[in-house]
Amino acid sequence: MIATVQIDEKEYRLKLTRAGGWRCELDGREITVEVVPLSCDAISLRIGGRVYEIRRDTMAGATRIWVGNANYDATVYDPRSLRGRKRGAGEDSGPRKLTAPMPGKVIRVLLNDGAAVDAEQGVLVMEAMKMQNEIKSPRKGTVQKVLVAAGANVNPGDVLAIIE
Amino acid sequence: MFKKILIANRGEIAVRVIRACREMGIAAVAVYSEADQAALHVLKADEAYFIGPAAATESYLNIGKILDVAKRSGAEAIHPGYGFLSENARFARACADGGVKFIGPTAAAMDAMGSKTRARQAMEKAGVPFVPGTSRGLDSAEQGREVAGRIGYPIMLKAAAGGGGKGMRLVHRQEELASALEAARSEAERAFGDGEVYIEKAIVNPRHIEMQVLADEHGKTVYLGERECSIQRRHQKVVEEAPSPIVDADMRRRMGEVAVRVAQAAGYTNAGTIEFLVDEQKNFYFLEMNTRLQVEHPVTELVTGLDLVQLQIRIAAGEKLPFGQEDLAIRGHAIECRIYAEDPEQNFFPSPGKIMQLALPEGPGVREDSGIYEGWTVPIDYDPLLAKLIGYGTRREDAIARMRRALDEYFVGGIRTNLGLFRRIMADPDFQAGKLDTGFLDRMLKASGNAPAKKDAEAAAIAAGVFAMLDAENTGHDRPATAPVSGWKRVARAEGLRGEV
Repeated sequence: MIATVQIDEKEYRLKLTRAGGWRCELDGREITVEVVPLSCDAISLRIGGRVYEIRRDTMAGATRIWVGNANYDATVYDPRSLRGRKRGAGEDSGPRKLTAPMPGKVIRVLLNDGAAVDAEQGVLVMEAMKMQNEIKSPRKGTVQKVLVAAGANVNPGDVLAIIE
Repeated sequence: MFKKILIANRGEIAVRVIRACREMGIAAVAVYSEADQAALHVLKADEAYFIGPAAATESYLNIGKILDVAKRSGAEAIHPGYGFLSENARFARACADGGVKFIGPTAAAMDAMGSKTRARQAMEKAGVPFVPGTSRGLDSAEQGREVAGRIGYPIMLKAAAGGGGKGMRLVHRQEELASALEAARSEAERAFGDGEVYIEKAIVNPRHIEMQVLADEHGKTVYLGERECSIQRRHQKVVEEAPSPIVDADMRRRMGEVAVRVAQAAGYTNAGTIEFLVDEQKNFYFLEMNTRLQVEHPVTELVTGLDLVQLQIRIAAGEKLPFGQEDLAIRGHAIECRIYAEDPEQNFFPSPGKIMQLALPEGPGVREDSGIYEGWTVPIDYDPLLAKLIGYGTRREDAIARMRRALDEYFVGGIRTNLGLFRRIMADPDFQAGKLDTGFLDRMLKASGNAPAKKDAEAAAIAAGVFAMLDAENTGHDRPATAPVSGWKRVARAEGLRGEV
């Protein structure tokens, strides 16, 4: 397998082959690795003499790799396809969607359509697990539209409001 | 002794009580709501009865339904756990009327202590030191402003029926009082069905130290030592330990004697906790009494060698306390972390959902009281406490080292938890030095730093690739449908077809 792997902000070019043991080339460097698969989301990885306990955690489409107690955002790309890679372009301008970070219930809408909003200012209040939390605007701008009303039940990822 | 006990609760505490029942040869009856069909406490019980919809008011808080199950199952006693009906005098009374023993204090003692305002009135009489403020609920914001003006800001508004930080507001200025009072009242009304709110002078950054007491029904009351509970967020305890790093034998005896006096003044029986605020000069003030088993009872169990739940059951069955004050000694040090389904990196948003992976710590000095298992979906309907991890060691530093090691063995996948927060707390120099007060956690969270070093990015990169290849080999048979891995698998599979696997 040849792939580009993004770990947090940094990209690596990874070549892995398996013929009995594993062969690994990272950014052109040959690395001796041994792999003991423990489950579909856990492996013991040995690099040289070092042992790493590694787990993969996938939530809402995003993957984290845990190495011991540190975690890294991870994405594996097919190098031949640039599809899906150029995300983030222009994300800081134009309308931004405010999405529900958790399943729960909308308790209060704090700002109306057209209201000016500061970065980190609360737009609405959600409740889940007996806790109320403000859902805050990711940036300064205007509330273009609030798409939910108080009392609505929402799922993670549901769009709650659009900030422009 | 009872032959059968109903546990009117859910989650880790229901499992904890079931374990005590098992050890005593008592049958355990669980109750469960629609959201808890597959909850751990139901799986572990001897009998389980459905009591209604997810909303607690229609299930775990429904006195009629719970007493009905007690009758149908033939349970002779009810253990209420903590939260829900545990401090509800009406429930204790209904149990007594229904001929079922309530494992806890009498309704009268709860009435005296359960309401914080009435408790303050009783303490005034018993000559126990307490924090200045009102001993009655506020009638109006105006009255609140008048009292606050007299005792001085900042003040704390507190629900008389409160607990767990609900119905509580810190008020710094007069202008904030009216809206804070309204918010505290409505929260108290929702949480406890009682909107009574009173004022207390806020002691800035005190320590929060509590004393465990046990009283049998034959007039004997003992104290089992203190717990340091100063590490809090939004007035919710996060880490507790026993003993407190600042309490010596003399202070323990003085606090313990006041605690026993408080319990006796209320005619208290069974397990209870007297909470104190402690200022920088180590003066302690009575804050309130919790008339139930506490979440953090395991740290006391570890340092005293006692089983509080078994003792609760024995006391309720009419047995005498099998030891006196002079028989009790504190040995070693214990620390508890409350593991919540919440994301410290995302402003502590709750994170309910399916637990895809679970690895539990083991080995010396580690206790894990849990209400979860791999494959279970944490419901959105209840509080986010998943489990409690307790570390025990000879000295405080040993307990900390145990806890750090155990935290690194603990893994919960599929949902976010606050495990990382505990790693930070355990590594914090002030924590390690025992320099604690209720402002500790907010200060630690504001200061960045001591995040785990990210030095293994290359290992992560290699592992990410290995997982993708393993996915391709397994062709997805053993992956749950809910975990989206399509991108990873597609890449690896496509590569596989090119013959490079």
